[in-house]
Amino acid sequence: MFESLLVLIPIALGVSIASAAAFLWSTDSGQFDDLDGPGDRIVFDDDSAPVEARTEDTDNSPIPPTSI
Amino acid sequence: MRIAISEDTMSGNGTYNYKIVRQFAIMTVVWGIVGMLVGVIIAAQLIWPDLTFGVPFLSYGRLRPLHTNAVIFAFGGCALFATSYYVVQRTCQVRVISDELAAFHFWGWQLVIVLAAITLPLGYTSGKEYAELEWPIDILITVVWIAYALAFFGTVMQRKTPHIYVANWFYGAFILTVAILHVVNSAEVPASFWKSYSAYAGVQDAMIQWWYGHNAVGFFLTAGFLGIMYYFVPKQAERPVYSYRLSVVHFWALIFTYMWAGPHHLHYTALPDWAQSLGMMFSLILLAPSWGGMINGIMTLSGAWHKLRDDPILKFMIASLSFYGMSTFEGPMLSIKTVNGLAHYTDWIVGHVHSGALGWVAFISIGSMYYLIPRLFGLQQMHSVRLISLHFWVATIGVVLYIAALWISGVMQGLMWRAVNADGTLTYTFVESVKASYPYWTIRLVGGTLFFAGMLIMAYNVVRTIAAGKAYDAPIPAVVPTSVVGSGLNPQPQPAMGD
Repeated sequence: MFESLLVLIPIALGVSIASAAAFLWSTDSGQFDDLDGPGDRIVFDDDSAPVEARTEDTDNSPIPPTSI
Repeated sequence: MRIAISEDTMSGNGTYNYKIVRQFAIMTVVWGIVGMLVGVIIAAQLIWPDLTFGVPFLSYGRLRPLHTNAVIFAFGGCALFATSYYVVQRTCQVRVISDELAAFHFWGWQLVIVLAAITLPLGYTSGKEYAELEWPIDILITVVWIAYALAFFGTVMQRKTPHIYVANWFYGAFILTVAILHVVNSAEVPASFWKSYSAYAGVQDAMIQWWYGHNAVGFFLTAGFLGIMYYFVPKQAERPVYSYRLSVVHFWALIFTYMWAGPHHLHYTALPDWAQSLGMMFSLILLAPSWGGMINGIMTLSGAWHKLRDDPILKFMIASLSFYGMSTFEGPMLSIKTVNGLAHYTDWIVGHVHSGALGWVAFISIGSMYYLIPRLFGLQQMHSVRLISLHFWVATIGVVLYIAALWISGVMQGLMWRAVNADGTLTYTFVESVKASYPYWTIRLVGGTLFFAGMLIMAYNVVRTIAAGKAYDAPIPAVVPTSVVGSGLNPQPQPAMGD
């Protein structure tokens, strides 16, 4: 019913263009300005549970708007 | 662009949504056990065909898609969802954008799995490999997936850190690509509520099917799990990834080269030769980014190899990268037409899939679950580290037995099928190759059973861990300004810039 390449080639082109756009956005917006810090930062983020397990009431207050 | 330095204290930012991570993490273990049990049953059916007394809904043909769907989409899916919700929240330092969307994602996905577990044994199937579910479930999957995409990308857009950590890029590519693959491949014409026909026919359908099938391997079973790897290996090793720069190159290389490997599933078929060769060429190219990522992950332990000695979670993760390296070498090799001529349709392919699925996907999932579960229940570590170690060795022996047995039987089958006598007749009948395979299928069953037993050990450990802890939601820390944490390993307080 459908010629598969008529479906797949436009998709491949679309995905490539979208990927290229994402790549250009990430270079232009400074995502790659520092290629060492981001790797370190996740290691510094201490996600171990506190020694005395606390069960906190989940705070559902809205997150303040991002300041980025 | 410099972010404002938050004055908030630890408690002022609310908490991360760990509930969604807990839910998916627990179901990872549950569905892992279910999916692998079905795998053990069908492996036994190959040896004892009458094992299930001819009951139709327990026959091999109906249980096999149940096994593949359960381990890939239920076990693997839940592992991806649990880790992605954890990683995106922690690296963006923000709670998931909508608890309701996340909850809808969880319950919707569980409904999809239950519907699959009912319809597949009843024989409702669209007949497309790894996409057997019928059209009403396909629509449900699409809706649930959109909720997931909104929850994930919405959270990324709310982030309080300027940089998007590389693991999120892998998860994001996984989410977007799987959405496209699912919609295109599942295009079908309903004939009744539980029956539909593919929108494509003949070799066109085969091309679409394996474009989907191999990209599902690439983006569901690889990109997503690389996201897990790039977060949990550095966290467990307590060292930054070997080269962050390489991880970025790895991501973009994979994205730009993956899409056209699918035709290698259709060598020597009605697919045009040029398309087969194209698929083979792209498969060979893929070796480069795959090994780049594998080396990057393993070398994260550079200078800290001693940690492997007594940390079984790290053992799981590094072994998973070794299997990733092995199967991403084996894959391109199998895609070479002449090698494929020997290997295709034999047990070698089944072994190759399991070296990726058990060795890479399951090992990295199991390792990350052992990392996550104590943290989600306010504990320092799992109930028993020795049981993690036992799980590691039982599972490793299981995988090695499994893939080694199928390497041997696969090559044997390939050679028997192509053997010809001097007069041009076939040396062996097909059933002779079946008979010769029994010993190897028995070893495979032993290997699979060991792997399944490892999951039971894990389940016991998880139950004891959960019983000892309490559901815990970590507070969101105050935003760490980028000017304070520099590129060195010792964060020195510095005057904030831009004030």
